[in-house]
Amino acid sequence: MALITCKDAAFAYEGKVVVEGLNFEVAEGDYLCIVGENGSGKTTLMKGLLGLMRPKSGKIEMGDGLKPTHIGYLPQQTSAQKNFPASVYEVVISGRLNSRGAMPFYSRQDRHVALENIEKLGITPIRKKSFRELSGGQQQRVLLARALCATEKVLLLDEPVSGLDPIVTAELYQTIQTLHKDGLTIIMISHDVRSGVEHANQMLHLQNRQVFFGTAEEYVQTEAGRHFLQGGESGWK
Amino acid sequence: MEVIFDMLSFTFMQRAIIVGVLVSLCAALLGVSLVLKRYAMIGTGLSHVGFAATVIAGVVITIDLSPLPGWLAGPLGGVFEFIDSMPLLLPLAVTVGAAFLLLRLNESSKINGDSAVALISTSGIAIGVIVMGVTTGITLHICNILFGSIFAMTRADMYWSIALSIVVIILFVLFYKQLFAVTYDESFAKATGTKVEIYKSMLALLTAITVVLGMRMMGALLIASLTLFPALSAMRLCKRFLSVVIVAAVIGVTCFFVGMVFSFALDLPPGATVVGINLIVFLLFSCIAFIKRGGRA
Ligand SMILES: Nc1ncnc2c1ncn2[C@@H]1O[C@H](COP(=O)(O)OP(=O)(O)OP(=O)(O)O)[C@@H](O)[C@H]1O
Ligand SMILES: [Mg+2]
Repeated sequence: MALITCKDAAFAYEGKVVVEGLNFEVAEGDYLCIVGENGSGKTTLMKGLLGLMRPKSGKIEMGDGLKPTHIGYLPQQTSAQKNFPASVYEVVISGRLNSRGAMPFYSRQDRHVALENIEKLGITPIRKKSFRELSGGQQQRVLLARALCATEKVLLLDEPVSGLDPIVTAELYQTIQTLHKDGLTIIMISHDVRSGVEHANQMLHLQNRQVFFGTAEEYVQTEAGRHFLQGGESGWK
Repeated sequence: MEVIFDMLSFTFMQRAIIVGVLVSLCAALLGVSLVLKRYAMIGTGLSHVGFAATVIAGVVITIDLSPLPGWLAGPLGGVFEFIDSMPLLLPLAVTVGAAFLLLRLNESSKINGDSAVALISTSGIAIGVIVMGVTTGITLHICNILFGSIFAMTRADMYWSIALSIVVIILFVLFYKQLFAVTYDESFAKATGTKVEIYKSMLALLTAITVVLGMRMMGALLIASLTLFPALSAMRLCKRFLSVVIVAAVIGVTCFFVGMVFSFALDLPPGATVVGINLIVFLLFSCIAFIKRGGRA
């Protein structure tokens, strides 16, 4: 059985449907890239996958014993406030919250994992700094480190490269690629369709409804895919 | 120095200081989450509800039950006597109830959060004042409830207060990481499997307890500031959550103690003096932060 199965799901805000006709599956080890224009319902779908929002109709099923505590998540915009006093380390380790159920305090293992992920994302030099004093790109890495601390099976990323410079973007894709090779299932929202089809094996295209779901190879052959790829600055080579 | 020894030679002062230090500590710890989570008004709302409940608890014994039939007057009289004998009980129960109600209202998008708090807190004041007006032979001093009194504490009150504040502090320490996560980023915590509602309820519950415990000494109008000032002062200078918590705790306890000394030495009202000291510390910390930033706003 698949990790996540979406069966004819639709999502609405205050009764107004914003995305519908969602039918897809995510299997263990998949790398799914979700694309679509602004406002097409990508973040909304992600909230649904995270259990922050219930589908208005249809359903989302978790299989293979997947629990929320196995999921790591990088939000598009954090609900955290801008001037919250917290160090990088404090933010990252908060991803380990549910690693041991409701036990008090973080264990040695938790601290170790947090430092490992800080290292992995190259933010060791700034780990004692205050989160609110970092640049946007640095903050993105910190939040990704937190997401890695939380995940065991699935990593959901909502526009992880937005606001990053081209070099850091390439590095981040590399990091995600490595995580995928190491066995994590990746679900990523991206406006960068070209990198999407390059790295992911599954594509999901939304336009307030599901336009396409299938492999990346199939996607580049479709009307929607070709159109969307042409839309990029340099086109499809 | 002498003033302090002098002060501590009175039993009522010893009680007031023991309870006050513990309550200030609780208030400062919880205050960090309250301020950061934009729940600052909850303390105010709850203290006004606590005001109403305290007034009611204080006057029930004077209610004349003789017009009622005996089968009703008997048990009701028993209940009223019980409420009168445990003056913290009714305010605690009512305030905790109000805390949950406030959270519910905060969640539902129909009434927005700050209106909900304003609604509940003004209703609390209104009900308290009406009850005071209706009952004849008032045995309470409204000023003491509104602005606090250090004489209000009985021995039993003191034991209750000590026990409950210790419970609050222990729960805060045990659930520190959960409270951080829920305060910092609620959606992330929820998405990764944290029972966010439980911890939010816990925060409201602990705040309600702290407010009621501190109200008699600090006064219903002033107790909420004990949750706000230490956290706000600490946030001027600290950049890490843990240091904000620790500094807030130190500020809360120190300001309380210093305030009590001044209040005793100069014969000033204790609650207001403690708040005054907190205000001075806040201004001082703001100045230091301003200078540290090199004079930029
Ligand atoms: N909290 C909300 N309340 C009401 N409507 C919302 C809310 N959030 C999003 N919407 C609406 O739902 C639709 C889909 O929004 P969503 O955030 O899922 O888009 P998106 O695909 O993630 O866009 P983007 O690429 O800009 O991130 C939009 O039309 C938006 O106006
Ligand atoms: Mg989005």
